[in-house]
Amino acid sequence: MSIRDRLSGNEAIATAMRQINPDVFAMFPITPSTEIPQYFAQYVADGKVDTEFITVESEHSSLSACVGAEAAGCRAITATSSAGLSYMNEVLYCAASARLPIVLAVACRALTGPININHDYSDSMAERDSGFIQIYAENNQEAYDNYLQAHRIGETPDVRLPVMICEDGFITSHALENIELEEDEAVKAFVGEYHPENYLLKTENPLAVGPYGTSPYYMEARVAQAEAMKNAKRAILDVAADFEKTFGRKYGFFEAYRMEDAEVAMVVMGSSAGTARAAVDELRAEGRKVGMIKLRVFRPFPGEELADALSHCKAVAVMDKSEGFSACGGPVFAETASACINLGSRPKMIDIVYGLGGRDFTVLNARDVFARLEMIVRTGQTGPVYSHMGQRDSRKKDSRKNEVF
Amino acid sequence: MAYNLKQELNKPERFAAGHRLCAGCGAGITCRAMMRAMDPEDKAVICNATSCLEVSSFQYPYTAWEDSYIHSAFENTSAVASGVAAAYAVRKRKGLQEGNFKVLAIGGDGGTYDIGFQSLSGALERGHDFTYFCYDNNAYMNTGTQRSSATPRFASATTTPAGIESVGKKQNQKDLTRIVVAHEVPYAAQTTLLGNFKDFHEKAHRAIYTEGPTFVNVLCPCPRGWQYPAELLPVITKMAVDTCVWPLYEVIEGEYHLTYKPRKKLPVEEFMKLQGRFKHCFKPGNEWTIEEAQKYVDKKWEELLARCVNT
Repeated sequence: MSIRDRLSGNEAIATAMRQINPDVFAMFPITPSTEIPQYFAQYVADGKVDTEFITVESEHSSLSACVGAEAAGCRAITATSSAGLSYMNEVLYCAASARLPIVLAVACRALTGPININHDYSDSMAERDSGFIQIYAENNQEAYDNYLQAHRIGETPDVRLPVMICEDGFITSHALENIELEEDEAVKAFVGEYHPENYLLKTENPLAVGPYGTSPYYMEARVAQAEAMKNAKRAILDVAADFEKTFGRKYGFFEAYRMEDAEVAMVVMGSSAGTARAAVDELRAEGRKVGMIKLRVFRPFPGEELADALSHCKAVAVMDKSEGFSACGGPVFAETASACINLGSRPKMIDIVYGLGGRDFTVLNARDVFARLEMIVRTGQTGPVYSHMGQRDSRKKDSRKNEVF
Repeated sequence: MAYNLKQELNKPERFAAGHRLCAGCGAGITCRAMMRAMDPEDKAVICNATSCLEVSSFQYPYTAWEDSYIHSAFENTSAVASGVAAAYAVRKRKGLQEGNFKVLAIGGDGGTYDIGFQSLSGALERGHDFTYFCYDNNAYMNTGTQRSSATPRFASATTTPAGIESVGKKQNQKDLTRIVVAHEVPYAAQTTLLGNFKDFHEKAHRAIYTEGPTFVNVLCPCPRGWQYPAELLPVITKMAVDTCVWPLYEVIEGEYHLTYKPRKKLPVEEFMKLQGRFKHCFKPGNEWTIEEAQKYVDKKWEELLARCVNT
């Protein structure tokens, strides 16, 4: 039986952690993820878990301690945001290449500068090539559900990769929402126990982790890791199918919302999907053929499936909540556009960078995006492929009145 | 049972021959001695910082280590060791762990005094049950003898070369052992590769079998960086302790004990003249460098004697 409650995204994730009862949690505080280890510290203090809770001196060390613990045969977890994730950068690669299925909760937050504590995906997108699986949540329910699936996905024998469970900083991490929690025992049964084949503390067979790989061997290791990430696609769907069977909530690589006959569509991630969904409903009520794709899994990138879902559209806007400074679009656009490159007929595509550092994204903004797509369809002119939305225009006298469209 | 080198050498090797370290390098000798200090029935997990030792002892698909081993990065060895120690603790508590394991961390001076200093300090403060061995060869040797905070004053390193305007490194060596002691760890010691290895063995054994975070700082000559013929290694380590450049002592629960007092304290140039990195100090006009080096060694030695309870 599900338990109805009202929790923030951080407390939902902490609850999932408590139910899973991992062996080692190495923590270092950073806004807005800090509450996760705080809640967990109280579970430790109250004897609700028997986890070794290590309060390390930096994020570099929190993930490094997880590397040691996971290699030693334990389930190891941590949580972070923004600069903390950047500080982990080097160790993210170590964890992934050593094939250690650590689970890392990220309350996504902008990177400096200017220093900013609010939400965008600068932090997680900067780590998209680290070898971590990345799963994004629209709300606290999804953050909780994704977390319950994370260990099983990462620990799948032909995957063995670390997993980032991403929620939107403050928007999801701190906002209270209704949620359906599962019973502790049901969660434990679903997640199962972790029994790796080989680990450092195995008595009868020592293990060596993290070799110097010279040119004759390095590439094979990287290709094996690339294969593991491909295998993760199947594991994500398998675990999602079992999750649906067990708990009744359905997940995949992405959610296609009113896409069947959509002529124009928006590709969006995280909490913005709720806003986009409201705009789709409004416009559909006006008889306009609009739809939305909410991307849940960014690594592995479901390129084929996404291209297939977009193939019948005439124009698509990809919404990027991080600025990659490529001067030609953000990371979600680059990946989505390249996924569509071999389609026989493909939609015209634009990239809109929005919501940086917590800049609001409203239903009106979403309607503007759809209007622009409809204009592209009407005129056949794509216009600027890469643009920003929601910022003031310093060239205008009254910059607060500025509208991009 | 009294220490006996011959008996010790009869133990099965736990750091195998065939590694790729240079002839005359102290790191391999340190690892063999470190592993001999393990009780034979116990197992170890070795956490190694990126270093000469790492690239030379675990080059895929070969490893010189008979025990479990993990390397991930340069600066995080103590944090990795923290994780392994935590894993061991929780597995013991849950009744999942068989056998007796010891967590050993090992890094060079770059990975310990400098880039790994934060993670070392953090792990010491948290009190994990592990032993950190620093093989201090006085510079970043893996990248080609760049100065570290362990490089002694006047040593010529590739980033502090001697020249017309330079007499080598300007700063004295960081006194890391004292900084470690300031963490109030239960045991810390300085040793080197000397004679019958009794000093090393006893300190390493005590460190490994003392509960909590413990630290052994090993002066570990490098023939490439210090510029000496390989066979001179034991002479150089002997001179290091007889000149008091590298005093041998241990700190047990905060109490300093001198473990070696030279019968006759030799002048510091006896240590310096054996090594090419100090060659410029012996040029006419640079006599003051040797005087300065002597003054510093004397000062540090007197300070140490004043701290020790057994002088």
